Amino acid sequence: MSTIAVRKSFLSTVWEYLTTVDHKKIAHLYLGAGGFFFLLGGLEALFIRIQLMKPQNNFVNEQLFNELMTMHGTTMIFLAAMPLLFAYMNAVVPLQIGARDVAFPFLNALGFWLFFWGGIFLNLSWFLGGAPDAGWTSYASLSLASEGHGIDFYTLGIQISGFGTLMSGINFLATIITMRAPGMSFMRMPLFTWTTFIASSLILMAFPPLTISVFYLIFDRLFNSAIFDVTLGGNTIIWEHFFWIFGHPEVYILILPAFGIFSEIIPTFSRKRLFGYSSMVFATILIGFLGFMVWAHHMFTTGLGNVANAIFAVATMAIAVPTGIKIFNWLLTMWGGSIKITVPMIWALGFIPSFVMGGVTGVMQGIAPLDYQLHDTYFIVAHFHYVIIGGVVFAIFAAAHFYWPKMFGKMLSEKLGYVTFAFFFVGFHMTFFVQHFLGLMGMPRRVATFLPGQGLDLYNFISSLGAILMTIGVIVLLVNIVITSMSKQQVANDPWGDGRTIEWALPSPPPYYNFKQLPLVRGQDTWWLEKMEGNKELPPAEPLQDIHMPKGSILPFFIALGLFIAGFGAMYNPLNQVGDGHPMGTVVLIFGLAMTFGTMLLRSLRDDLGYYIPKEELEDDDAKGGKVS
Amino acid sequence: MNKQELRAQYEYRRRKSAEGMRLQLISFGLMAFLTIISFLAVGYGLPKSFVVPILLLLASVQALFQLYYFMHASEKGHGMVMFFMYSAMFVAFITVLCYMTIIWW
Repeated sequence: MSTIAVRKSFLSTVWEYLTTVDHKKIAHLYLGAGGFFFLLGGLEALFIRIQLMKPQNNFVNEQLFNELMTMHGTTMIFLAAMPLLFAYMNAVVPLQIGARDVAFPFLNALGFWLFFWGGIFLNLSWFLGGAPDAGWTSYASLSLASEGHGIDFYTLGIQISGFGTLMSGINFLATIITMRAPGMSFMRMPLFTWTTFIASSLILMAFPPLTISVFYLIFDRLFNSAIFDVTLGGNTIIWEHFFWIFGHPEVYILILPAFGIFSEIIPTFSRKRLFGYSSMVFATILIGFLGFMVWAHHMFTTGLGNVANAIFAVATMAIAVPTGIKIFNWLLTMWGGSIKITVPMIWALGFIPSFVMGGVTGVMQGIAPLDYQLHDTYFIVAHFHYVIIGGVVFAIFAAAHFYWPKMFGKMLSEKLGYVTFAFFFVGFHMTFFVQHFLGLMGMPRRVATFLPGQGLDLYNFISSLGAILMTIGVIVLLVNIVITSMSKQQVANDPWGDGRTIEWALPSPPPYYNFKQLPLVRGQDTWWLEKMEGNKELPPAEPLQDIHMPKGSILPFFIALGLFIAGFGAMYNPLNQVGDGHPMGTVVLIFGLAMTFGTMLLRSLRDDLGYYIPKEELEDDDAKGGKVS
Repeated sequence: MNKQELRAQYEYRRRKSAEGMRLQLISFGLMAFLTIISFLAVGYGLPKSFVVPILLLLASVQALFQLYYFMHASEKGHGMVMFFMYSAMFVAFITVLCYMTIIWW
């Protein structure tokens, strides 16, 4: 196998991606699928804003509005933000720690395909009788009463893609603990790797509650159980608690990798090491811990009692401390640095004030008595869009520009990048800043329309205009991606010129085995250190030897497909609440599960020992000029 | 490695495992004893408010024995595992505490 590019047929490329277990290709898959769902969720958001552009608009009816609003939230959280972050984790983390792949490459592929089929399942609801309509939180008292199969698409789809997320989380934990290159101690790890590590441990502990509660809801709706049904002795509040025990750590699962991305970008373009590295690490860990102690602040108005509200309010405000540490560290990293403005850096500069605004409104909502006023109003909507767009989406866009050369070997256009930023940044603040005031005026969230003459018209109109600006920004980004993909450029190892971590020492994109020889890590900001000492490459930590590689496999695709099929079987089983069950449903359910477990059995019985890249071939690569290591 | 060193190493390992074995037997005996106490506590019909905390206490002592003497949690290289285990226990504890106090009261 040579690294010299051979033009492949379209089908062989498709087959290659279907069977890949290479973390770099899985990153492409996550980026593609996550990007697709991001556009879908964005389109739904646009429809919501068009509907709310003027009072008593009838662009969509109430039912469709509920479905759009639910699917927007669900898609953006589960199918867009998390997978896009997984794309960067897959592309970058193994390179940053000096590993040849993740710890379990097969599991990595399985994680992706589970997410993919879960997402497709959820979105097929649009064509099969209506999407879920109980909000992304899907509170049991409401979702049990929902007619049609919308909620079942939600529960089964989330369940399937949730399995994938849990697997990927465990995979990254194992990778970061066991596969760091010689010399890469925990306190030398780049911050993006650290935040991935903590986010993965949050996934490990937060997803099981979601899995359990979603199973309960599946059984309540499809198999006649009564766990949440109050009339049959159930308890509907349990769903709310379970959901938020998952849901609050979930927002940190999203924001911590975003923090990590900015902690890479800011030192790179300030050309100065990250200020307060160890305090950054401990702040990350602390946020992870506190994230599990605050979930009930989503439920202040549920009637938990004053003592519980007070405890959760105090815990919530405590989170502002480690987050504040991080903000000041970024500011102090820039202070005195030789700042170079690039597209990733401008997103980082936009992120800091936007995120701080979201954080401040977050602390306001943490004050339980005030939350009684703010709960379920547009103030909440403004707050979480400020933290999720201003934090996570900005990070995703920044990382798209920052890591594009490492992932694809081509630079996204800087000019178009600034255009995207300008439209998106202005549009974002236009859309959501006014929503604070809408909320304070008492406009409830999740309503399909509002009446004229209540002082809400102008702000809603401004908000909708902002959404259009954001749309333009995203379209420019898409154009940018298309133009870049068509161009014939080939960038060098360190296209930004100021890369600090190991991944920038590798060719862009890296060879499929990443490192010819595992690198020796001599300190934090490894690549910067070597550059400053005049070295052209990282020192090797091992002699050149045969490299063991995992073989590709189509099995993950079929394991996930089996669950997708089983999902339909479960939905149309004869016991379901909607009453359109069919005996065939049970058959399909059993067939799907048999497919999943049969494929797993096949995987267990057939020894797949992978293959070796012989040493001679690696030496050969050198001679041909494909210099690596 | 010469014969003498091999011998010394063998002796060292033997002593080490003998010591480990003794600790395991002691903790096994203790665990059996604790189990008997819990059965007796229930069997004698003592007041519920007394028995339940005692049972919980004994159960956590047993869990610790299990972790440290049988699963060798205190040995080198288990730091990360134990960190995760205690974090998860902490999270689970908070969850259960919350359910006991504000949901199922």
